[in-house]
Amino acid sequence: MTAPSRAEAAATGSRSGGPAGRTGTGRRKPRISFRHRASAWDRRYSPYLYISPFFLLFAVVGLFPLIYTIWVAAHDWDLIMGQGEFVGTDNFAHVLGQRAFWISLRNTLSIFILSSAPQVVAAILIAYLLDYNLRARTFWRMGVLVPYVVTPVAVALIFSNLFGDRFGLVNSMLETVGIDAVGWHSGVLPSHLAIATMVNFRWTGYNALIFLAAMQAVPRDLYEAAAIDGAGKVRQFISVTIPNLRPTIIFVIITSTIGGLQIFDEPRMFDQYGRGGADGQWQTMTLYLYELGWTRSDFGLASAVAVLLFLLIVAIGLVNFVITRRISSSEVKR
Amino acid sequence: MSALEERPLPIIPRTGPATAPKNDEDPFGRRGSGSGAGSRPEGHRRRRGGSGGPGRGPGWIVYGCLAAVILGSMFPLWWSYLIGSHDSTILSRDSFPLLPGGNFLDNAASVINTVPFWRATMNSIIVSTVTAVSVVFFSTLAGYAFAKLRFRGAAPLLVFVIATMAIPTQLGVVPLYQVMARLGWIGELQAVIVPGLVTAFGVFWMTQYLRQAIPDELIEAATVDGCSMIRTFWHVALPAAKPAAAMLFLFTFVLNWTNFFWPFIVLGPQNPTLPVALQQLQAAHFVDYSLVLAGATMATIPLLILFIFTGRQLVSGIMQGAVKQ
Repeated sequence: MTAPSRAEAAATGSRSGGPAGRTGTGRRKPRISFRHRASAWDRRYSPYLYISPFFLLFAVVGLFPLIYTIWVAAHDWDLIMGQGEFVGTDNFAHVLGQRAFWISLRNTLSIFILSSAPQVVAAILIAYLLDYNLRARTFWRMGVLVPYVVTPVAVALIFSNLFGDRFGLVNSMLETVGIDAVGWHSGVLPSHLAIATMVNFRWTGYNALIFLAAMQAVPRDLYEAAAIDGAGKVRQFISVTIPNLRPTIIFVIITSTIGGLQIFDEPRMFDQYGRGGADGQWQTMTLYLYELGWTRSDFGLASAVAVLLFLLIVAIGLVNFVITRRISSSEVKR
Repeated sequence: MSALEERPLPIIPRTGPATAPKNDEDPFGRRGSGSGAGSRPEGHRRRRGGSGGPGRGPGWIVYGCLAAVILGSMFPLWWSYLIGSHDSTILSRDSFPLLPGGNFLDNAASVINTVPFWRATMNSIIVSTVTAVSVVFFSTLAGYAFAKLRFRGAAPLLVFVIATMAIPTQLGVVPLYQVMARLGWIGELQAVIVPGLVTAFGVFWMTQYLRQAIPDELIEAATVDGCSMIRTFWHVALPAAKPAAAMLFLFTFVLNWTNFFWPFIVLGPQNPTLPVALQQLQAAHFVDYSLVLAGATMATIPLLILFIFTGRQLVSGIMQGAVKQ
């Protein structure tokens, strides 16, 4: 084929020096036609070749396991012994009859709400501050992003110490202002708050940067018009900034739904046993899935939980979608 | 398979709500501005409220609030070092320490003796580097095909790629574990590396970027000149992809460095990555918080150093991905 310099010639837009073979004489015809055919194949099939790695890998490590999960869930299936009898929906019935399952569902939803709602509010406020014409802009932006590079396992270890029941910094600060120590590792809501704090710590700055980018895309004449109408800064923020952020808010909520409902690292590391508390106070669905599959060696039950969690994520995704549609259509009507 | 906490970068899908702002400006800002947000020209900035005169900056309250936010994000890391530099009795004393103690190196030595720390560090470096390089290469290849080559089915295939980003594939862990067991990869690094070799997010990211980064005429010219497809890719697309590829590398690196769920399941205690080693450390020494937090500090330092040098790219990557349709 052509020399590398050919590509450089092409890059500078020179088309004069085409390959000699292209306008060759009859004597060289067979070779030309081979080259033509090869080049036609190249042009036709190369794109498929280039995109194939993703599709092959996704089929093997993404799609197949996901679908096969349903098959495993319909069988007795042991971690070591492997596939057993076909049991139909027995695994689902068993899981749905467990108190632990419903507790894990409650915990998952509770931690999710505690970590997503305050996070969005805080991220928008931080973005608003970052949107000022700051000195050393990059420094402030990098500063809020630092927690993102800390692994959730380390975050969980640090916060589990800060939220220590006996010697934790949070409790001793509460006591100095006259509030009783909280059983962060024994209570239900306190443990959810502590875990949600870890999630918020890691992701608020990241989301603030997303909102910041969206704020900078708001056309500035909207603010000018609002200012002429006599709107103060707070009013402008509520009536101009927030409505223009709505698609971004929805985006952030949807992505945090997919990740947040599968939360594992933080609750796993909140104490050393990793089972979500003595009474399952903070056992999430993924933690429950892990316990069934790898502690109790029951892949059938674990797969049933995976399927149920999948359905939950889809359901919440649909709810998100419907709410979004409703909001945007009511916007249009106004 | 990637981190449980993986969040795709903020790309608002095309099928977004009707109220989405139509932003005609291309998603990556001006072409060639490698550090995007950081290098945004000053005149581009919108002045909030329109009331401040030119050059008037925000008041000290804004700086004060931001400083508080940043102190809040640094404090847990500082605390980790603080406790990690004292001995195990520090937490049971009457008052908390205000300054670091002199025990960090001793604690670090115990951490290294308790868990295979160096091995875990090497493993984390290997896993993160290999996946990041691979994701960048295969995503650029596929992104180039989607952005610049015409082929039957391109549009629906791209929609499929985007749709897979919303699928919680992590829920397939049970069969994936069985696949790895069948391959004899339990406890081996390739069990963590292979599932992450190319990602839907990467393909989409590079498609978006290459669409506007390479003029069509350039590819036509190369084709007319008889360049093979792969040569055109190598000499035209790959150089043009550099700024976006650098960001994709960083995001993939951080993602794999911080990943815990899948490595925890599939890697054994003999051959962990850093987060898995931290879990072992916690299991062995839960009561000795100074040791555990020394380990947490040690596992965080490498990425903090990386962040000092590349944080600017991460910031602009997040921001450039955010505003687009």
